[in-house]
Amino acid sequence: MIYLLCLILFCLGIYCIVRKRNIIKIIIGTIIAQYAVNLFFIILGYRREGRSAILSPNARIENMVDMLPQALALTSIIIGLAFTSILIALALRIYEKYKTFDVTKIKELQG
Amino acid sequence: MLDLYILLIFIIVAAAIAVETKDLLSSVIALGATGLGLSLTFLVLKAPDVAITQLIVEILSLIILIRATMKEDLPFSTSGRWLVNTVITVCFIFVFIFTAVKCFKELPQFGYPTIKTSSAYLKEGLKDTGATNLVSAVILDFRAYDTLGEAAVLFTAVIGVLTILRRKGRKNEETGLDNE
Amino acid sequence: MNNEKDKGMSLIVKTVTRLTAGPIFLYGIYILSHGHVSPGGGFVGGVIIALAFIQLMLAYGKESAFKKLPRAAASFIENLGALMFLALAGLGFTGGYFLLNFIGKGEPFRLFSAGIMPLYNIAIGVKVGAGLFAIFIALILLRINREDDR
Repeated sequence: MIYLLCLILFCLGIYCIVRKRNIIKIIIGTIIAQYAVNLFFIILGYRREGRSAILSPNARIENMVDMLPQALALTSIIIGLAFTSILIALALRIYEKYKTFDVTKIKELQG
Repeated sequence: MLDLYILLIFIIVAAAIAVETKDLLSSVIALGATGLGLSLTFLVLKAPDVAITQLIVEILSLIILIRATMKEDLPFSTSGRWLVNTVITVCFIFVFIFTAVKCFKELPQFGYPTIKTSSAYLKEGLKDTGATNLVSAVILDFRAYDTLGEAAVLFTAVIGVLTILRRKGRKNEETGLDNE
Repeated sequence: MNNEKDKGMSLIVKTVTRLTAGPIFLYGIYILSHGHVSPGGGFVGGVIIALAFIQLMLAYGKESAFKKLPRAAASFIENLGALMFLALAGLGFTGGYFLLNFIGKGEPFRLFSAGIMPLYNIAIGVKVGAGLFAIFIALILLRINREDDR
């Protein structure tokens, strides 16, 4: 069930990328899809009634959350930020050249 | 368990608003609500490192997006083959969901993960690295090549942004404006 | 319009920024240096440090922030962080292989423990903070140039 909610979030992002025409909306769609993938990573590693993966001086290690997907998601978030900034730089350049954010109008204006 | 569902439904509603609103600034703010809910969800799912990172990155990307969308709201044109495009997109998404739901049986049940690699890290993490935060131990000691590659990606992104946004025509300014 | 923008925002925003920019910077350094004993780490600390500079720039205008950290210096510091990480990783060859944890482990649950890990955290934090600040400066400068063109 919780996987299905995560999948719905991903599909919202895909719908926004495919259907919308504004470039800023397309960037927002990619960000939402990336959120869904990060969430899926963390959900895969969750253990019921587990502790977070930080040791403390006087407690035994048992029933701890899987920390490997968390490390991968941590890397993924920073790469997503770099990706977003490159996309925004490209969008600003496109606006400077064509004076619009609309994808279909940019296609007509070529040449 | 109930708080997790409430947070997820909040995230989905905020994402739907961000997708469907016509005003660009409102859309960006709804995206900020999505990121905040996601950060709280990470905290509930016992991942404090990822929660802090998500919150801070959300703030920074929100600032950048608002810088990009200020004063540039356009009319939202939905002319053209509106019906055909929507039907095709929705059909594609339904096929995707149908195939994905069939794959859910192969996944481990929620709350009972299959830990094989991590159990070794759990047992020997403190002895091998001396670090208390095991996520930090994984990304900086056991799997430090990930961090190295990620630093390379960030470096490439900074170079790419500086190249794309460079003031264009630096050569033309020296030779004169005749080339324009 | 441009001259007003360079002077920054109103007096209230300037006062609050003057009071809070220092603690935000200090908090970034705290998260950066305690990354191996508590939640946090190099990435988050670097981004928080970048956010302190971005707040200064948004409140006081671009001139005042450039006086504290110019654009060329941001690029230089970013490259310095990357080279520091590589040099630390290459020093592992003295003990055997690349990315080796060659300093003594120390006592757990203390600040100076975990060998080389705090040094890695500092290198990554410097790199991420300076890199993101360079990206932000590039985005803002493009806007101002385009307004001049019109």
